[in-house]
Amino acid sequence: MTDKKQDPIDQQLPDLNDDGVDRRGFLKCMAWAGTGLVWTMSGGIPVSRAFAKSYGKGAGKGGDFSFVQISDSHIGFSKPANPDVTATLQTAIDKINAMPHKPDFIIHTGDLSQLSKPSEFDTLDQVLKGASAKQIYFVPGEHDMLTDNGEQYLQRYGKGTKGNGWYSFDHKGVHFAGLVNVANLKAGGMGSLGHEQLEWLEADLKGRSASTPIVLFAHIPLWTIYPDWGWGTDDSEQALSYAKRFGSVTVLNGHIHQIMQKIEGKVSFHTAMSTAFPQPAPGTAPSAGPMKVPAEQLQRVLGITDVNYRVSGRSLAIVDSPLADSGASASGNGRGLGVFDAPLV
Amino acid sequence: MSRKNGWIAGLAVPPMIALVLLFAGSSSVTANDQPSAANAAVKIDNFVFGPQTVTIPVGATVTWTNKDDIPHTAVSTDGVFKSKAMDTDDNFSYTFTKAGTYSYYCSIHPKMTGKVVVQ
Repeated sequence: MTDKKQDPIDQQLPDLNDDGVDRRGFLKCMAWAGTGLVWTMSGGIPVSRAFAKSYGKGAGKGGDFSFVQISDSHIGFSKPANPDVTATLQTAIDKINAMPHKPDFIIHTGDLSQLSKPSEFDTLDQVLKGASAKQIYFVPGEHDMLTDNGEQYLQRYGKGTKGNGWYSFDHKGVHFAGLVNVANLKAGGMGSLGHEQLEWLEADLKGRSASTPIVLFAHIPLWTIYPDWGWGTDDSEQALSYAKRFGSVTVLNGHIHQIMQKIEGKVSFHTAMSTAFPQPAPGTAPSAGPMKVPAEQLQRVLGITDVNYRVSGRSLAIVDSPLADSGASASGNGRGLGVFDAPLV
Repeated sequence: MSRKNGWIAGLAVPPMIALVLLFAGSSSVTANDQPSAANAAVKIDNFVFGPQTVTIPVGATVTWTNKDDIPHTAVSTDGVFKSKAMDTDDNFSYTFTKAGTYSYYCSIHPKMTGKVVVQ
């Protein structure tokens, strides 16, 4: 994408928020490659930059960094619309490796595998090994804990984590917390964090300066998108209440295989696309099962929405674009539900 | 068997008794279990257990079959039964030996719920 294309997006953006939130730390985020979000932390100065070409302009200044979010790789899935989910994950990794501005790390927001099989995890590891960013942070999806209560997931991806795999870390002044909301789910409910994890989160955030940018990431959305399909987390409000006092909170999720965003006060929510297959927009299909598309369209449907936000006159930009290079003109999915998105062109 | 061939009849009786016993045995199994009539099938399709409620007699078996492209489970809410993750076309069976109402759900997609009524 280019600057020329970026401008119309900014013009189309609604002024979502005029509460004048003063962000010392500012998140600029860009999703791209149909499968990845590139988030740039640009120390206090929000600059809406087009991805790739002009990316290097302000990069490298103190504290600036970016990371990529990928999600829902479902290694082992082999049905329509994607008989080769390993190949599309590989494409995503290739795109990440080709970025001119190297991300500091990758976050995978779960559903690494389809059936929690050792061979599926092995394949995932093999592909991720080729990523130029060596640090990868994980949280489990429900597909990663289908057997043995997630023991295998913990052994492979959750060493040193608490409970079912939650943890936090700091990176260049930003505090990240990886949460697990796919374990011990209750009949009739949605995602769940559980009492123990909520207590941990409260303690984890306590005592941190309110100016610390906070990033929470988990598999199932931490905001209610569509209860009928279980697209939400029953006790997410409790978790978010602990983060309320912070000036900048960003919540990253996967699970729904499409982009959705909303901003609520100082909290911005974003769901990522899948590297494997798309899912229907809420309520547009009998169920949340894989959306079947013609093979030639797959890489476009895996990531078709470019999203941008402007908060208080400052840009909080998330730009998503598809695996397929030509797909930037495709229209967005996930409309409605208070989600504001704008196609690239 | 005729009286004329009494000696043959004498020889034949033990096998006949055996045959009668065999029939008696099999018919009593049929009478108690009613295998084909009373068992129930639940199809998982589009993230729904169908039918959502099945009613069966004590001793009958329910078989769940997953027709979705996404794995599902059938797990009783009070821990009575628990399937493994069923991939497409996999199935799971459980035989209910006590009367009662058994609520269950998919532990992967807990919005999916169902009920087995055992009378």
